[in-house]
Amino acid sequence: MNPKLAQKIAFIILLLATILVIVPVGMIVVIIVVKGAPAINWEFLLAMPSKGMRAGGIFPAIVGTIYLVAATILFAIPVGVFSAIYLVEYARENLLTRMVKLAIINLAGVPSIVYGLFGLGLFVIFLGFGPSIIAGALTLAIMILPIIITTSKEALDSVPRSYREASLALGASKWQTIRHVVLPSALPGILTGIILGISRAAGETAPILFTVAAFYLPRLPRTMFDQVMVLPYHLFVVSTQIPNIKTEYTYATALVLVGIVLIANLAAIILRSKYRKKI
Amino acid sequence: MTKIAVEKLNLFYGDFQALINVDIRIPANKITSMIGPSGCGKSTLLRTVNRMNDLVDGARVDGKIIIDGDNVLDSGYDLVSLRKRVGMVFQRPNPFPMSVASNITFGLRVHGSAKRGDFDNIVEDSLKKVLLWDDLKDRLDRSALSLSLEQQQRLCIARLIAVKPEILLMDEPCSALDPIATERIEQLMIELKENYTIVIVTHNMQQASRISDSTGFMWLGELIEYGATDMIFTNPKQKLTQDYITGRAG
Repeated sequence: MNPKLAQKIAFIILLLATILVIVPVGMIVVIIVVKGAPAINWEFLLAMPSKGMRAGGIFPAIVGTIYLVAATILFAIPVGVFSAIYLVEYARENLLTRMVKLAIINLAGVPSIVYGLFGLGLFVIFLGFGPSIIAGALTLAIMILPIIITTSKEALDSVPRSYREASLALGASKWQTIRHVVLPSALPGILTGIILGISRAAGETAPILFTVAAFYLPRLPRTMFDQVMVLPYHLFVVSTQIPNIKTEYTYATALVLVGIVLIANLAAIILRSKYRKKI
Repeated sequence: MTKIAVEKLNLFYGDFQALINVDIRIPANKITSMIGPSGCGKSTLLRTVNRMNDLVDGARVDGKIIIDGDNVLDSGYDLVSLRKRVGMVFQRPNPFPMSVASNITFGLRVHGSAKRGDFDNIVEDSLKKVLLWDDLKDRLDRSALSLSLEQQQRLCIARLIAVKPEILLMDEPCSALDPIATERIEQLMIELKENYTIVIVTHNMQQASRISDSTGFMWLGELIEYGATDMIFTNPKQKLTQDYITGRAG
């Protein structure tokens, strides 16, 4: 074939494949916004559900989602970031660290429903938390740990060795070097992992199914040991379990869920670019 | 007066012996340069003095390095106080990704060795000593990474000076710089030797002969010859030294 023609064809195929990536995202967003936006108003966002969830709002599900994600992040960040620091900065290459790394890879490959059943067995039943924010958050935290550890490890690994050497040569201890030189440089990358973790935790349904999500609970939680309504599960309920529900109501619920994830991501992205600028 | 006395120093990386029976006395307030082909152990020797080789897995060392009467290779020797007294400048300038001022105050913050109120004065003093103050006094909060390579290397020296070391180890400090910047850093070193003992590892024999008071020539882990710089370059005692200096070996 004529090389110029081949070049053109290759270019078009690559371009088409790239455009195909945008199509589903665009369609999801457009459909949800067009069908859901008309149903969104203050009552929908801030009222309790009523009439078997066919009327009223989704306030408890919004609050439940925010609480749950916040608690998840609270558990997952320290464990994830600290273990990444240990693996990169302190651990020597031996059987234990190889097993830890293998465990992280495997943890990432476990289907989310298995996490749900694990959380049910360990937190809800064995530790006696019952279906509660704490049980759901711990389950989600375990699920997003591999994401946070892997991205934090990559971020720490990419901090140049010369920064560490310069700091140590100035008489800083290893921990001071990590705290004052390595962590600030790795922070944007670590935040990226946290963003991914938030999105994942906010959107998953299977892990929260048995550990926290309430079918219908028109009041707000008072402690970590209360059950809550959560948006992804509520979306499943209103789209499959309740007959004669207005479709705008379903789409509006989806829109709120997507909106919350977007806002969380946006906050983290702004934070990240602020730290990037400092460097 | 001898500042650093290295006695029967042997260093192994696993099975490989990188330093063989090195004995050398480095005088205070002079510039001592170490020359030799790549892999001869000159950088390794330098990195043993401030014990940066401790970071290398499988590095083993025996012998003594005596600074001010104490053997710094003793396992109980306090690394923090050693590295405060023995600063190091690296091959590539390696300022931290922070502002110019934070780079200089880093050591102070880590050691807690000065009050916050004195930081501004110390920044000014340190930058003046490396002749950067006039260029940077209005840009102290700019990122150090935005400086030219020469300015970065000067900043790295200023960062050391702020910690008040006695010895400066320089590991090919000009190899990333152009000839004009190199000459200016050399000028700076000559000015600094009044207050500091400087050991420089260099590939550049002209540089060694221009700036140093004494020179050591290393070959395959051994110190072949060590003496006054003009003696080494005009009248070496060892044939190997002569061959290397005239370009027949190396």
